[in-house]
Amino acid sequence: MGQGAVVVTTARAHGPAQSWVSRVFSTDHKTIGKQYLALGVFWAVVGGLLAGAMRWQLAWPDGRVPGLGEIGPDTYNMLVTMHGTIMVFFVAMPILLGAFGNFLIPLMIGARDMAFPRLNMLSVWTFALASLVLLASFFVPGGAASAGWTAYPPLSARPDYSGVEWGLNLWILALALEFASFLMGGVNYLTTAMALRAPGMTFFRLPMLVWQQLTAATLFLLSVGPLIAGAVMLLLDRTLGTGFYAPELGGDPLLWQHLFWFFGHPEVYVIFLPALGIVLEILPVFSRKPLFAYRWIVWATVTAGALSFVVWAHHMFQSGMDPRLAMPFSVTTILISVPFAFIVFCMIATLWGGALRFDPPMLWALGFLTMFIVGGLTGIFNGSAPADIYLRNTYFVVAHFHYTLFSAVVFGGFAGLYFWFPKMFGRLLPARLGTLHFWLTLVAFNVTFFPMHHLGLAGMVRRIANPLQYDLLVPYQWVNVVATLGALGLLGAQVAFVAAVVQALITGRRAPANPWEANTLEWAAPSPPLHLNWGARVPIVHRGPYEYSRPDQPTDWLPQHAAAAPAGR
Amino acid sequence: MLNWLAWLPENAAVGGAEIDGLLRLIYTLTLAWAVLTLGAIGFCLVRYRRRPGRRARYVTGERPAEVAWVLVPVAVVLGLDLWIDVRGAPVWRRAKLERPAAEVVIQVTGRQFNWEVVYPGPDGRFGTDDDRRFLDEIHVPAGVPVRLVLDSRDVIHSLFLPHLRVKQDVVPGRTLETWFQATRPGAYELPCAELCGLGHSGMKGWLHVHPPEEYARWVREQWS
Repeated sequence: MGQGAVVVTTARAHGPAQSWVSRVFSTDHKTIGKQYLALGVFWAVVGGLLAGAMRWQLAWPDGRVPGLGEIGPDTYNMLVTMHGTIMVFFVAMPILLGAFGNFLIPLMIGARDMAFPRLNMLSVWTFALASLVLLASFFVPGGAASAGWTAYPPLSARPDYSGVEWGLNLWILALALEFASFLMGGVNYLTTAMALRAPGMTFFRLPMLVWQQLTAATLFLLSVGPLIAGAVMLLLDRTLGTGFYAPELGGDPLLWQHLFWFFGHPEVYVIFLPALGIVLEILPVFSRKPLFAYRWIVWATVTAGALSFVVWAHHMFQSGMDPRLAMPFSVTTILISVPFAFIVFCMIATLWGGALRFDPPMLWALGFLTMFIVGGLTGIFNGSAPADIYLRNTYFVVAHFHYTLFSAVVFGGFAGLYFWFPKMFGRLLPARLGTLHFWLTLVAFNVTFFPMHHLGLAGMVRRIANPLQYDLLVPYQWVNVVATLGALGLLGAQVAFVAAVVQALITGRRAPANPWEANTLEWAAPSPPLHLNWGARVPIVHRGPYEYSRPDQPTDWLPQHAAAAPAGR
Repeated sequence: MLNWLAWLPENAAVGGAEIDGLLRLIYTLTLAWAVLTLGAIGFCLVRYRRRPGRRARYVTGERPAEVAWVLVPVAVVLGLDLWIDVRGAPVWRRAKLERPAAEVVIQVTGRQFNWEVVYPGPDGRFGTDDDRRFLDEIHVPAGVPVRLVLDSRDVIHSLFLPHLRVKQDVVPGRTLETWFQATRPGAYELPCAELCGLGHSGMKGWLHVHPPEEYARWVREQWS
């Protein structure tokens, strides 16, 4: 496929004289990436405030939550449901896939734009529509969805069970639009990476972030079909009274759980892998060392992706499915920990013998690494079917998936933002505020979520609005208070980020093209890159992305596009 | 804060000790790995922080001799993981697959937002006139296996007995079973562990474990 076609179509849409219309309705992958980022950040604020309200309620269940008043069980169920939905589908996916994938894939592979720029634009606007529908669902009579982000029927399948009528229908519609949006995005990512790589950019010279994005897109494409089928059946059950999930009509509630988790577990990696990709980019740059075992990590990623399709029933050990299935799924779950253990060890091996710089992107990347190790290890508890008898649906599980997913979305996401902010917006973020932001977030994160392991072990189940209703939990209420104080601190810590961005945009220094002395192609473009990314000619790639501290080079970095090494052997 | 297992409610069932033992095994192994890996990272951060005049080592890690540094610990992880499953399999089998001959069989039906408890009465059969119904309370004797026959009237609930290390989802349209053998008399809380609607928070019952003679007296009182 010629690059010329892309140049012509996008150049026509964006001549030099841009109106605001063509800037908003842009087909430029960088603008679309920033639009995904803006929508994701908006939802992160909403999702974070919902979490703050939940934590407040759990610490002081008899009082009033500021801004919301007294929270009844109906509101609490809504908070739980919408917090989960928003964070997974409307924060993690648009930021980690939508924003970083769109902004970086064409730049990193040396393309001028995505393979299908208009489809790309349709993708982000479909996501905007999904956002609008989800937002509207808060304001319909009966309120927003309240059957959990996993929406288990029959609770979700009959309005009289949950008390929510239109909120849950709109929830299904919003997810359907969101899936359509990311299907379009995924097709684009895969096609772009296959067809538009710059000369010399072989598959094994692709930056790791691209590999992770491609694996994530593939997992999403392959897993979402069954869930769409399941969601259509759920909508029919709700609106037309069909009985796909209604036992009294010959249906089966567990059917949904299989379809949901067949998608849901790969979905965990759809979120996690792009974050991992961000961190795998950052570690070599700030260690000034090649990524340890690049090719092996690629294969480990693909292996983990493949295994993610055969672990779903570990979410269902106690669900009433045939208990003989538990041990096989326990074994596959344990097997999937092997490629991730491999990647974690490779990350540590990358640090080993390096010359580490502790700029904010590196701090966030290290936060991701260390917190993910904790989350990965607690996953071993949950992955064991007999241990899960006690732990399932307790706060231990809540602690576990926040150590994995929060570390992916927040530590991974901020690592990426601090790293690529100069490229995206052409300004340097103030390092001191970034460092402060990191430490405040790290401490508050642990104060919030570490005690949840203990609450879970003490027997606190998920999705309850008032721990004081349980005699078992009354002595541990102080732990809930600690977690809530941590959560409020976590929300407050984000002020440091806002301050950093404001300062950067108003008085920040202009970013050079390559502020971190990094090797990958995006740093060859100006900050921010111009429309169509490269000048007259796309860069030519001569080597892999992580050639740091080569003994035969005078500098400790050697960009992918730099011509032959200056110093001879 | 670091001894997690001290936070478990005191075990009151025969099978519970096995589950606690498994949790202890996993806890010990994962704590050791946390110390090792986080320790290695901490070491790197101090030892290899940037210092003037020193360059990083150029190691790609692609050569088998280099990858071996990573593959060996991975093999250890795999071995330990499989050990956890080998140790866990019999625990799972006894908890979920074996059905010991139970002297006491009780029907527990979840509904929004109570546990309905039915005893078959002296004839030992459900659905006869001598059945007795209770709401949110189960009475059992200590020291003998008790079988619970589970069903739901509406949505999915989950029967959770933290002290007895028992959890089983309760699904409409399926009759599921679980069992336990209590070791200590006492009153144990029974929360619903699956989001089941407006009253999920606070949907709970009590399991009363009686010494055998006290249980016999309770039975006589109910069916006299």
